[in-house]
Amino acid sequence: MTMRILRTTRNAALLLAGMLALTACDINAVPRLDEQVNATWAQVENQYQRRAELIPNLVETVKGFAAQERDVLQNVVEARAKVGQMQLPANILDNPAALQMFEQNQAALSSALSRLLVTVERYPDLKSNQNFLALQSQLEGTENRIAVARRDYIAAVRDYNTELRTIPGKWIAAIMYPEAEIKPTFTATAPNAD
Amino acid sequence: MGAVRRAAFSAPVLIGALFVATAVAVAQIQLPDLTGRVVDDAHLFDRGLEARLTEQLQQHERETGNQVVVVTLDSLQERTIEEIGVDLGRKWGIGQEGQDNGVLLIVAPNERKVRIEVGYGLEGQLTDATASVIIQNAILPRFRDGDMSGGIEDGVGRILAVLGGDSEPTETYSVPEDFDEFWIPPPFFIWLCFVLIMFYLRWKGVLKGSSSGRSSGGWSSGGFSGGSSGGFSGGGGSFGGGGSSGSW
Repeated sequence: MTMRILRTTRNAALLLAGMLALTACDINAVPRLDEQVNATWAQVENQYQRRAELIPNLVETVKGFAAQERDVLQNVVEARAKVGQMQLPANILDNPAALQMFEQNQAALSSALSRLLVTVERYPDLKSNQNFLALQSQLEGTENRIAVARRDYIAAVRDYNTELRTIPGKWIAAIMYPEAEIKPTFTATAPNAD
Repeated sequence: MGAVRRAAFSAPVLIGALFVATAVAVAQIQLPDLTGRVVDDAHLFDRGLEARLTEQLQQHERETGNQVVVVTLDSLQERTIEEIGVDLGRKWGIGQEGQDNGVLLIVAPNERKVRIEVGYGLEGQLTDATASVIIQNAILPRFRDGDMSGGIEDGVGRILAVLGGDSEPTETYSVPEDFDEFWIPPPFFIWLCFVLIMFYLRWKGVLKGSSSGRSSGGWSSGGFSGGSSGGFSGGGGSFGGGGSSGSW
């Protein structure tokens, strides 16, 4: 009889300990996933920056062949300026409004650029210009890098948010990381999100 | 009686296994396996060309450490060749870990698309513009004439020439992946974790007495499989979407 009680107690203790162990083993998940989100976000900013840096050169080249397309060029220059002037708050990832602003400005630049590239179709000389071709391929490559960086960022945020919403991550966060919050991510309606 | 207790005790283990299973079961599209330096999923090549390309790519890796892989795909499965390119490069880990010096030449004959996917570490050498020139000048004209093998062979030749230093090499960079801050877990939790695992293993009879367990297999060394007979595997490189695409 005493034996049985002892055994039951032992088993209960083991069960509790086992669950604790499960919890304890994953105690680093929240900060680790948080760092992952920060790193992937840095890549997103980085690639958008890279695109912005290509634009002055592109505009100059197009001007050389199609200076009369003033409106289209002006749009690109303005959208680029807007992106450049934007002050990104340090905590942009915890700030849905700032993130949305960033998103809108970049989207405006994307659409101004695609209008420019459509216009360029009317200028065969420009289209066969070596300098322009090189710039165009760089721009395409950068757009693709942006798409990849966004995809990685969205995945990282998803992992982070899942950790915060599911057990045991939810419990760990409540005890150890009370400041951790669900992060906003890109909306699926963004023009170049795929 | 014992069975019931056993079942009750293994509940946490079961829960743990479930977590792992869910993580693994994330839906993925079917990507071909890395069977060698030339993965001819669309069956475009004859044996001779495949062997020639493999030899060429192997020699290039010996000389420079860069891993270049040629892939033909039977179908893009409704996705863009750019997406597939990054996924393949990352899944296979083409390029050496830390250097990310891998390149994929991907051909999807049924969708008439071709792409040169460049790993992080080679983006400075094989720029988007250079990749684009190779596609436009060396590959596409032959593809348009129906000469798939010729286009691929010439394309590979030019890629290797650029990577070997024929064009002006510019500085290469790789994206640092280490983080500045590491959160140090309280020692108590590590200790607790360790003790509980040991305790559990002993209870299950995996660890007998004080003898060290036979349950090896926790560690596996990454990287290359020495000089095994022609076996080829990726070195763990990563990709960020660099390169260029074309269609014909």
